[in-house]
Amino acid sequence: MSTDIAVPPQKQRPVGRFWASTIGKKTVMAVTGLALVAYLFAHMLGNLKIFLGAADINGYAAWLRTIGEPALPYGVFLWIARVGLIVAVVLHIVAAAQLSLRDRRARPVRYVHGRVSFATSTMRWGGATLAVYVVWHILDLTVGVANRDYVDGQPYHNIVADFSVWWVNVIYIVALLMLGLHLNHGFASAARTLGVATGTIRTVGTVVAVVITGGFLVVPIAVMTGLVA
Amino acid sequence: MKLTLRIWRQSGPRDRGRMVTYRVEDVSPDMSFLEMLDVLNQDLIMRGEQPVAFDHDCREGICGSCGVVINGRAHGPERTTTCQLHMRSFADGDVVDVEPWRAKGFPVVKDLVVDRSAFDRIIAAGGYVTAPTGSAPEAHATPVPKPDADVAFDNATCIGCGACVAACPNGSAMLFTSAKVTHLNVLPQGQPERERRVLDMVEAMDQEGFGGCTNTGECVASCPKGIPLASIANLNREFLRASR
Ligand code: HEM
Ligand code: SF4
Ligand code: FES
Repeated sequence: MSTDIAVPPQKQRPVGRFWASTIGKKTVMAVTGLALVAYLFAHMLGNLKIFLGAADINGYAAWLRTIGEPALPYGVFLWIARVGLIVAVVLHIVAAAQLSLRDRRARPVRYVHGRVSFATSTMRWGGATLAVYVVWHILDLTVGVANRDYVDGQPYHNIVADFSVWWVNVIYIVALLMLGLHLNHGFASAARTLGVATGTIRTVGTVVAVVITGGFLVVPIAVMTGLVA
Repeated sequence: MKLTLRIWRQSGPRDRGRMVTYRVEDVSPDMSFLEMLDVLNQDLIMRGEQPVAFDHDCREGICGSCGVVINGRAHGPERTTTCQLHMRSFADGDVVDVEPWRAKGFPVVKDLVVDRSAFDRIIAAGGYVTAPTGSAPEAHATPVPKPDADVAFDNATCIGCGACVAACPNGSAMLFTSAKVTHLNVLPQGQPERERRVLDMVEAMDQEGFGGCTNTGECVASCPKGIPLASIANLNREFLRASR
């Protein structure tokens, strides 16, 4: 004997449904986060050109504005990249904020004998610190209003002027250590969200975090120690 | 052994609840944690007080009903169920805090008892195969590759205790849902409803008010059945596959 059971037709799943689900939002965080990691890696490599001298890094900065010429007018590639970065950062932060709120509501009564999750709190508060830092960083080295010695088109000069001030170094180093912690958990977390199951992904995440953080850190250290002047 | 217990007492869903301190004596290290609570309750009954309500059924680690948070850890210091936790894991004179699972999806019914029917609704959304089963078919009728059978079996050992939710800093039910989805989606019998299952179960999980996963692994550290983080990665993969 056999019985037939009607299987209802599959429901429609538009983009809204994806964004409404916790896994959908985490996927958006993972993809935008990884895009930001790729950007940071390129940015870090570009910064290292300071060790090749003023002409080299200044020329590199000028070249960034000419990418795509003559098809693209001067500076347009840079603006395309900036719009992409802003979209990624906004999506990442909106998803993080919405999920964090949801996570807090999921435990309305806390444990009396509670424990704090290091990863979760460094991701949330560390992430917020990074957002504030990024705004300051742009005002400092891109727009130049937060840098008294700013000269347009002279990144070598601007960087050396910047890292000759002790509290600027403190801001950079603290922000970079925050970034390291964020990436240390974030990279592996993004991979898991995208379905990577192997445990070794945590090691990969730590290597990515150390390489990116270290690559950025050597620049202020080089200026502080007089290696770059 | 003598212990000082601080236990969450709450007369009903509307009571605000509070921690109450009790002292228990004559605790044998060979007792289970539940047997120790039985000793306390016997004492309370003799004194004319309300015994502490806690959930339990099999007392052999298979039904998943005995979950409580002991000193901030779901099911206490060992990776097992509360009924299989022995008092030798504690020292004479210890102060032990006992609280119910804390999650929006698991409202407190009384004292240490919570309502875990949110898990039943997640299962009802797709944690089964809609095929007529009849009597057990011949084992070779549907070949299952050995690695798939192992994954399905490991995930099928989830007893729905909810320790993963209780331990998660976000009150997320991802480990539970991932075990159920992985168990069925890896098997041939689960294929016809593979997409619908994951989408509907994740939607039901979200509707119950559980939090999102941040891949911290607290769930895995508390799961008495050793469901791995790989199951969550697999749930994400199944979800993305079905969302395409
Ligand atoms: C305001 C700024 C930021 C905030 C508030 C923020 C917050 C968060 C939060 C809450 C998470 C989830 C962490 C978890 O899984 O436990 C996360 C993940 C992540 N973040 Fe950020 N973040 C910020 C900036 C950045 C930046 C600048 C980058 C890139 C360098 C980045 C890269 C990542 C990556 C790759 C992940 C992993 C995604 C995942 O968990 O699937 N974040 N962030
Ligand atoms: S995944 Fe583990 S902790 Fe969660 S309900 Fe199943 S057996 Fe319990
Ligand atoms: S009473 Fe059944 S698992 Fe503990």
